[in-house]
Amino acid sequence: MSAQAADAAPRRERRIWRTLQSVMDPEIPVVNVVELGIVRHVRTGEDGRVHVGLTPTYSGCPATEAIEQAVRAALDRAGLDDVALETVLWPAWSSEWLSESGRRKLEAFGIAIEPRAGGAPACPRCASRNVERVGEFGSTPCKAHYRCRTCLEPFDTFKCL
Amino acid sequence: MSMAIAAERPQATAEERCEYTLRLADTSLVAGQRLAEWLGHGPALEEDLALGNIALDLIGQARLLLALAGRIEGRGRDEDALAFWRDAAQFRNVSLAEQPNGDFGHTIVRQCLLDAWQLETYASLAGSADTELADIAKKAAKECRYHWRYSAGWLVRLGDGTEESHRRVSEAVQDLWRFTDELLTPDALDARMAECGIAPPAAAVRERWEQRVAAALREAKLPCPVHQHYPWHGKRGVHTEALGHLLATLQHLPRAHPGVSW
Repeated sequence: MSAQAADAAPRRERRIWRTLQSVMDPEIPVVNVVELGIVRHVRTGEDGRVHVGLTPTYSGCPATEAIEQAVRAALDRAGLDDVALETVLWPAWSSEWLSESGRRKLEAFGIAIEPRAGGAPACPRCASRNVERVGEFGSTPCKAHYRCRTCLEPFDTFKCL
Repeated sequence: MSMAIAAERPQATAEERCEYTLRLADTSLVAGQRLAEWLGHGPALEEDLALGNIALDLIGQARLLLALAGRIEGRGRDEDALAFWRDAAQFRNVSLAEQPNGDFGHTIVRQCLLDAWQLETYASLAGSADTELADIAKKAAKECRYHWRYSAGWLVRLGDGTEESHRRVSEAVQDLWRFTDELLTPDALDARMAECGIAPPAAAVRERWEQRVAAALREAKLPCPVHQHYPWHGKRGVHTEALGHLLATLQHLPRAHPGVSW
């Protein structure tokens, strides 16, 4: 790689990160894929190509393919055509990978997050901790279903896995 | 040092590795397809969602494992080619996975026995010498942990529930127990893969499976049946009649319309 190319690589990587921040999750359109924690790396390989590592939230997440296509389309639109997309399986995704801004946006959208330390999540509507788990499984594989005993509203919760 | 260890350990052939990976892949695929039959028929909306979600996880695991098997095989078959264009005799799933759903309790018992096996197997495969397999297994083990929590939770509620629910799951345990021998008894390939450091030692998986299942049965107030020798060999391609019917549904669309996409 020439000195000029080596200097261009970090700039190109930063542009790719910015582009990825415009790709929203297809199921939860308020968070982008970077905030969701499914972009594992953006790095320039020895071949000079930039490699973007994506990880699925769950093995069977049906959005995985849609996300890959959306990422590819966004990169194409930004004129970043020589980017290799690769799947990273380990370390596996968990709610730990959600960024702080991602967490705030999810809660504002009405999706709670199970605390890592265990215990009940707070109701995203009234912040009450008096909630009960209705089912281990919610509207998507990454969520469980809860109900708030204070405001009586049902809500989805990101599982802590 | 590490080279010396590698030299001492026997190396599995690509054919052996492919065959072993297909056993795991097909078990997840077939079990996932069975659970998907519950969609729209669950006894309550929550259970409908739960069984559908578990099916999704299993089919996702199958996809990763089938893709890996295809790469090991090296004949250009991807996960779709392996899922849709093999016939029953070429499937390597354990026979327990293909058993029909029966009632909800019957499905729960089948899942319980299978979840415990998948959980212990995947957890042990995290240390596999096949690092690609290990990465898939580590992710799958996390998923199987809550599959087990779900099925074992229902086993206890049904077993320790009403007279009728107890009778039904009790019958299901009696009916399905004969298929557990295949999960726990290694054949020549399982033993060879363990020797090569790819699969876990069968005895360790067996012990943890027996402890896990015995504890759940005790809590569900169900008797633990006596060991029964297994006469079928799904993992060697000798299946019960049920698999052919399942595959007819699973494979119908791509076979009727080759190359179809939507």
